[in-house]
Amino acid sequence: MCTVCGCGDTENRGRPERHPRAHSHDHSHHSHDHSHDHSHDHSHGHAHHYGQTESGVTVAGFSQERLVQIEKSILSKNDGHAASNREWLAAHDLTALNLLSSPGAGKTTLLVETIRELAAILPVGVIEGDQETSNDADRILQSGASAIQINTGKGCHLDAHMIGHALGDLDVAPGGIVFVENVGNLVCPAMFDLGEHARVVILSVTEGEDKPIKYPDMFAAADLLLISKTDLLPYLDFSVAQAVEYARRVNPDVETIEVSAKQGVGMDSWIDWIMDRCVRTQPGRHTSGR
Amino acid sequence: MHELALAREMIEIVQQYASEHGPGRVRNISIRLGELSAMSRALHFCFGAASRGTLCEGAVLHIEEIPLTVWCQGCNENKSPIGRYSFRCMDCGMPTPKIVTGKEMELVSIELSRTAEDRMKKPGMPARQRNESTHLLFQGV
Repeated sequence: MCTVCGCGDTENRGRPERHPRAHSHDHSHHSHDHSHDHSHDHSHGHAHHYGQTESGVTVAGFSQERLVQIEKSILSKNDGHAASNREWLAAHDLTALNLLSSPGAGKTTLLVETIRELAAILPVGVIEGDQETSNDADRILQSGASAIQINTGKGCHLDAHMIGHALGDLDVAPGGIVFVENVGNLVCPAMFDLGEHARVVILSVTEGEDKPIKYPDMFAAADLLLISKTDLLPYLDFSVAQAVEYARRVNPDVETIEVSAKQGVGMDSWIDWIMDRCVRTQPGRHTSGR
Repeated sequence: MHELALAREMIEIVQQYASEHGPGRVRNISIRLGELSAMSRALHFCFGAASRGTLCEGAVLHIEEIPLTVWCQGCNENKSPIGRYSFRCMDCGMPTPKIVTGKEMELVSIELSRTAEDRMKKPGMPARQRNESTHLLFQGV
């Protein structure tokens, strides 16, 4: 059983033969960079006492014998899975968007309304991430899209490995789009590349305008900031301009769209943005698709 | 909770390298953590538990903390923000979203015990230590 996502569980198993990487759990994606034979000149700003090794690489306090140089991101395993997800998506002519927000920002409602508009134009699949329950996937299934629920249990985020399994099980025809609704959390999911083509961060107007500078990692990694529930603006002190200004401090190039899924305001801009992403990531797609 | 996931990822990579280099336990693990990753305490806390029953059990985790530096386009130079970071240059007020250092989360190197006997010994402290303020030592349980 996979200890990362619990893929031995019946809920997530589906059709293992369709798993993108058919499936060795001991990946060694970065075996090419095992031994460095140059000395690094990272500008760390500290004075170090180094023990010199044969190769010229130096590490404080370590003896030279049996020293294994690694120089690898702690997230390299996840990044390897993300890269293979990206390859799999490209091979299947699919575009993937990672939707991130706090709990309760309206991701699922937005998705249901989005699917209502998109389903007639292109195939849609949704990967739902929540700690528990399949409520969100059930809502998506009712709206007519294919959906897979991942329950992270004690986990606080989706990682690329879980997405790899879910992609294999999700039934979306080539030329379609996969929405990944991440676990509602503005901290941990920011760190994990899932292999998506773009990140959409949703900020609802019932939250504080300063969320982008309170949780900068999340907003810095966003391609699009969706400001949701704008139908509630008349009842709140939320300033859209202020929220956008904070977001641009941490991410000057971020695009923004204001949307009310409930009233349908702004949905056209959002659907256009999605179609534009599909055109960009699927070379065979023509702009006349919509 | 992602720190536990990261501790496990790190231990898995370490074990992979360690097993490629023959028998013997891992005595030291050297990692580099950026100030913005803010993982030092969390990773220390999780490392002991996550390493239990692995080749890393009892290993000393050496954490080098990398300070935050950002690029300011207005001043045309790297800056070291002091205190709580507001994403604006403290000199000219320009937004400074480009982080130069401070996001690192890297596994640098490991040191393995040389013989099977070494595996039985509790690992000692390293012979030399760096400046304590920037180089933290944590021992797994």
